[in-house]
Order: sequence, then C-alpha cells, then structure tokens
Amino acid sequence: MHEMGIAQQLVTIALDAIPDDIENPRVEKLNLRIGKLAAVVEHSLSFCLEVISKDTPLEGAELVIDAVPVCLRCESCEHEWQTDTPAFGCPACKDGQVTMISGREIEISSIELADD
Amino acid sequence: MEINIQKRVLEKNESDADRNRAFFKEKQVFVLNMMSSPGSGKTETLCRTLEQLMPDIRVGVIVGDICTTNDADRLSVTGAKVTQINTDQFGGDCHLAAHLIESSARSLGCDDLDLLIVENIGNLVCPAEFDIGEDARAVVLSVTEGEDKPLKYPLMFQVADAAILNKIDLLPYLDFDAALAVENMGKVHPGMPVFELSAKTREGMEPWLSWLRTKVKEKLG
Ligand SMILES: [Zn+2]
Repeated sequence: MHEMGIAQQLVTIALDAIPDDIENPRVEKLNLRIGKLAAVVEHSLSFCLEVISKDTPLEGAELVIDAVPVCLRCESCEHEWQTDTPAFGCPACKDGQVTMISGREIEISSIELADD
Repeated sequence: MEINIQKRVLEKNESDADRNRAFFKEKQVFVLNMMSSPGSGKTETLCRTLEQLMPDIRVGVIVGDICTTNDADRLSVTGAKVTQINTDQFGGDCHLAAHLIESSARSLGCDDLDLLIVENIGNLVCPAEFDIGEDARAVVLSVTEGEDKPLKYPLMFQVADAAILNKIDLLPYLDFDAALAVENMGKVHPGMPVFELSAKTREGMEPWLSWLRTKVKEKLG
C-alpha cells in the first residue's frame, strides 16, 4: 500500500502552501485530481490522511477528489479518445503506439482554509 | 480562502528519479526495472537470465524485499554483484522509491557494470506508480495466475516495455489460456512484446535474452 507515502507528501505540500502570516490556520478542504488509472484507493488515502494529519492544520480536512478520465492518443493516426475499460488499442486504426494523455495524475490542486 | 497549489504529489520521487537517470547515464549502465506479483518466478527468471548474459554483459542487481534476503542469496550464486534493500526499515513499503535506488546504486558502484537490474517488490499495483530512473520496465506474469491479471492491473502492463509469461512448462497441467493472457496484455498495451518462457526448463528464453541484449547495446552505443 503506497497511500501512506502519498498522504505524507500531501501533508508536506499542503503545509508548505499555507502563508506564514495566517494565525492558527485550519484546512477545511483538500482538492485533489486523481487519474482513474492511478492505483490510488480513495478509502485508504483518506484513512492514511486522517492518521497523519492529526494535530496539524490539516486535521479533519475533507478530501475532495476530482477523478480524471483515461484519455489516450494514437501516435500512428493521431486519433484521441477516452476510455472506461482497460482496453487501450486504437479504435480508429487498430494499430500503433498509444500514449496516455491523462489518467495517471496524482495532484493536489488547492486547499481551502477556514475563514475564522 | 482557497490557495491554489497545482502540484504533483510524487514530485519529490520524480526529481529523485531524474537524478538517478543522470547518474546511470554518466556511469553508462542500462537499468531494467523488473516487476511482478509475488510467486510469478521473477527471481528464478532473473537467475537464468544472469547465467545466460554473463560474462559478456556485466550485471548488477538491486533486490527489493519487504524483509528477508532469500532472493539476494539466490542471485549471488550467479556471480553478479547483488545488493539488497529491505523496505521494512522504511515502513514495509510495497514498492521501491527512487531515493532507495540512489543509495543502493551508489553503494554498488556501477563503474564496472553494463546492466543494472532492479528486482522490484512483488506487487502489481504500487511499483507501477514509482519512476526509479530506469531505462526499461519488464513485468513477469506466470501461468498459475489468472489470464485477466492485465485487465485487473492495467497500469502495470501499460507502463511496461516488455512482458514475460513464465512457467509455460506447466501449461499441460492447467486450464490457463495462454493465448487469452497474451491477448489481454495486448489490449492494455498494444504492441508490447510478450515473451512466453519457462525459467525452469529454459524453454523460450532466447527471444527475451536477445531483447534485453539489444536494449543494453542501444544504450551503451
Ligand atoms: Zn490509430
């Protein structure tokens, strides 16, 4: 399970992003973008985050995940398409090297602080 | 108040991997990341591969395991330079991250190597996510697993440059549909070479060895 490592990085990045001049900051929401093909289990990630964000400004923050679809491009015929299945062959030319344009992201897009 | 961040969470690992890539380039060593589920026969495949490649190609191996040094002990017999990473000191991680490879590669030296093989931890999920600065990735599947594994773990097969279907000597005794397994790998990664072999009987080893030799030569120039 690599969700713990991901959660640790999330906390580090989020804490770094909080401006120093805010007193007792409290993070309400963590907005993430996670590709459908990234092997991240949401339930495990939120559990890990809960454990390691204890006693930090991130304690109790809500995890909001924007699921990014798997988009592919065929290098032979330049066809681009989106898929929900693990079959990644080019539907247009049945050939060619396929490149993944999106679907593997594990990104933190923003954090939302409480306005006390 | 919303604070915009837009950062990749594994950015730290990615920059570590880039540093490894530069190190491997400087040392002129081709790096293969070998991945599989546990029990696919990855270590045995590696032992047979080393026997065939050495001494023409000088090989070093970094073995990742959650605990135990069993695999490293088996591989040392081939005469290759072997070093072990146990991830239990790092929280029992299920994959090798780039920074662990960096310290192992440096302790191994790499000056007298043409090929460095990283035997990743047996797991089809997490290792696919972590770039370690390798030149190529190979995934090992065996005929004692399900034909649908590529569809269940698509990222692993999508990021692989080659696949090995191991233990084909057992096919007469199993219901395993090898053609279907190969077809499923092709669905996930069209055009990926798949080598059907038995590390135990050495049947089918040559196409795999020749793929690897070619890759090493391409890098060494
Ligand atoms: Zn096409």
